[in-house]
Amino acid sequence: MSLSRRAFLARSLALGCSAAASPLLTPVTFASAPWDNRLVVIILRGAMDGLGTVLPYGDRDWAGLRPGPAVGSAGGPLDLDGRFAMNAALADLKPLWDAEELGFVHAVSTPYRDKRSHFDGQDLLEAGTTTLDGSRDGWLNRLLQVSGASDPSTAFALGRDNMILLQGRAPHSNWTPEVDLLMTPQALRLAEMVMSADPAFQSALGEALVLAASDGDAVELEMGGNMMDAMKGGGGGHKALASFAAQQLNGAARIAAFSLGGWDTHSRQERDLGNALGRLSETIATLRADLGANWDRTAVLAMTEFGRTVRLNGTAGTDHGTGGAMLFAGGALRGGQVVTDWPGLGEGDLYAGRDLMPTRDVRAHAAWVMRSLFGTSVSDLERVVFPGIEMGAAPAHLL
Amino acid sequence: MRFDPQLAEFRFGYGLSPDVAPPASVDAMMTRLTGPDRMAQRFPIEGFDQFRIQLMGAAQDLRDRRRKERTPEANTALIEGMKELRKTARMGKIEAMGRHLARRSRTDDALRERLVAFWADHFTARGKAGVEKFASSAHVESTIRPHVAGRFEDMLIASTTSPLMITYLDQQQSVGPNSPRALKTPKDDGLNENLAREVMELHTLGVGGPYTQDDVRQLAELLTGLTFEIRNGTKFRKDYAEPGAETVLGRSYGGTDDPNLRDIHAALRDLARHPATARHIAHKLAVHFVADAPDQDLVDRLAARFEETGGDLAAVTRALLEHPASWAAPMGNIRPPFAYVSTVVRALAPDPARLHPDGAKPFIRQLEANLSRMGQPYEEPNGPDGWPESDAAWLTPQGIAARLQWALIAPRQLLGDDLPDPRDFVLKTLGPRADERLKFAAGAAESRRDGLGVILASPAFQRS
Repeated sequence: MSLSRRAFLARSLALGCSAAASPLLTPVTFASAPWDNRLVVIILRGAMDGLGTVLPYGDRDWAGLRPGPAVGSAGGPLDLDGRFAMNAALADLKPLWDAEELGFVHAVSTPYRDKRSHFDGQDLLEAGTTTLDGSRDGWLNRLLQVSGASDPSTAFALGRDNMILLQGRAPHSNWTPEVDLLMTPQALRLAEMVMSADPAFQSALGEALVLAASDGDAVELEMGGNMMDAMKGGGGGHKALASFAAQQLNGAARIAAFSLGGWDTHSRQERDLGNALGRLSETIATLRADLGANWDRTAVLAMTEFGRTVRLNGTAGTDHGTGGAMLFAGGALRGGQVVTDWPGLGEGDLYAGRDLMPTRDVRAHAAWVMRSLFGTSVSDLERVVFPGIEMGAAPAHLL
Repeated sequence: MRFDPQLAEFRFGYGLSPDVAPPASVDAMMTRLTGPDRMAQRFPIEGFDQFRIQLMGAAQDLRDRRRKERTPEANTALIEGMKELRKTARMGKIEAMGRHLARRSRTDDALRERLVAFWADHFTARGKAGVEKFASSAHVESTIRPHVAGRFEDMLIASTTSPLMITYLDQQQSVGPNSPRALKTPKDDGLNENLAREVMELHTLGVGGPYTQDDVRQLAELLTGLTFEIRNGTKFRKDYAEPGAETVLGRSYGGTDDPNLRDIHAALRDLARHPATARHIAHKLAVHFVADAPDQDLVDRLAARFEETGGDLAAVTRALLEHPASWAAPMGNIRPPFAYVSTVVRALAPDPARLHPDGAKPFIRQLEANLSRMGQPYEEPNGPDGWPESDAAWLTPQGIAARLQWALIAPRQLLGDDLPDPRDFVLKTLGPRADERLKFAAGAAESRRDGLGVILASPAFQRS
């Protein structure tokens, strides 16, 4: 095409900005962010197998539960601390572990029990509540509420998934880097006009105009198709998300949330879990590279709705379970450790005779991280962000 | 209740067509819905058996040949053959997408098309690998479409025992822990609860329903044996079946020396007729067709009708159309992207040949990518719970921006240079729902293209 999309966009936005009357651009200000630290929350949809990710190979009941290459063998899991090993698909992150910028929390869960539904499990994880009755705002939104953060560019929900995690009263932004607006200034003005009668449409379009300008527009139109394939198949879309998240966090944003799928490994999980972990590994590596110096002020939490069964099922996979693991990374936390009150894997140690027993509420870990990053008060965390939780003692992964 | 023909098209169909008169009454809508399926005849989509035999069967032949011959030639034939088959299957998927749009564009029975989409989403299933990835439309044509004005239990049974659902929810290799097969090769196979769980949680009782983990496990054991073969379709393998009776929600099934599919059907029929199922379905229908927070009396009425009739979907649908709350609610629901695209196509009323991949390549070829940008990759829902119903899920900046972008290019792609005058178009397609601003915008645009795009992207076009 003769006219680059950048030029199109510049024209559209020039119109928007020059039109002082346009109410659409006024919500975005460049006020200073409420904090200096950054938080990235990645929701791992489909239930990550904690035991396949961080293998408790030092446990006396481990042997025989999960056949596979030996810890430390070529292509096998990598020893972490003599008790735990991590899946070989995370090997590229080993230097981060060594630098204490990567760690794990094991045998944790939300309060969700027994029905083992992905959708309810994810909703509860994102709502941060004990049950799903009542309102459906997300815990990151309630963090914004108690922090008095009023600038929508402080927190971003990225990608095409609907993130309950950031939904709620506090303003925030949604964007996926794959959309741009290409239209004439007059058409844009008319579109703004017909949407002005419907506040929800008006605010969505207003946000879109600002975001279309801010995502760097790095992808040429000719590459649009590839980009789409990448978003769909996971063949690189996760890196685009991480990169866009880092870009926002290097600017005014302090919180970013997005999700990664592919964790529901009911069969042949060696292959599928490896692929999903590979994408997670690349996501974290991209965040680290693109955040640059801000990596030191960043905490990344990768959380999932529940764990999976301790034993393999009949199809070399695992079914929905209870206790699982959380991965954390970033310079704002103390990595290089597997933080856990390990329950054991003996017959009597398991939850319902089949699942890893959760020994701590994963929300307590997230609460402590927010306390450490943002100075949020314990009472706000226990009463508003995660209502009814008892945070207990500070875990070992805080700086 | 005063019948509003235009609202009938907006709320229970895909909006107004310049060529097709809206229905005159609830009776007229029901007569069409329960009459012959004329759109399926006019714009045929192949059924699942045909897909299975032709495409999955051909893939199986290639795999069998390699297994038998173990030669490099057989290997190459498999790789090349699979490439070709995937291409054919993909083209079939695109062609079917065009046929769905043609049906929705030309029909005077749009309610049927909306119900097919609703139930296909309720019973979401998709292939996970190979050519099966492209089987969704064929599956819906065989499993869902014949039952939308029939009995819920027949649709539930058709869905649960369909090959696509069986593979989607990992039923294929679920083996009873004490079955002959498990005793012979203990390490080989085991029980998988996925299908049993989703049948209760998503398809029948609902997640708040009166079932426990034990009911899930019992139903999973009852389902063992249910599987399918590429060449023969759904099959019950007795050697996979868990021996003994299973108790689901307090009722006992099976337990004879001769485990069979009838026991599974019996349990599914009871689940289909359960009061919790009636409430679950009633609420879902009201949310889908009327509002995210539907009128309680409407939900109660639908649930009561479902229970009274043992899940007669024509009766339940009629109750939906006859309830005043179905007509009183403001146009608040946001059409999900493919429904939105269908509404635009119906309003533009292109020659159906333009919806065929040979006829209008740019439109159909780009539509999948555009749907992804709008947030609904075509026939690729995230999970067995299907697409979100909540308006907020679709009313996002990128979703709205992607719809706007697409609305600007769609008229040219579908109609060529022969574009209607936006000032007439807005009146014909929105009628009294075109407000003053919209009428002004229709006349103020620099080009017909922009005028149509702005109308098509307006909230009035996107809400139902």
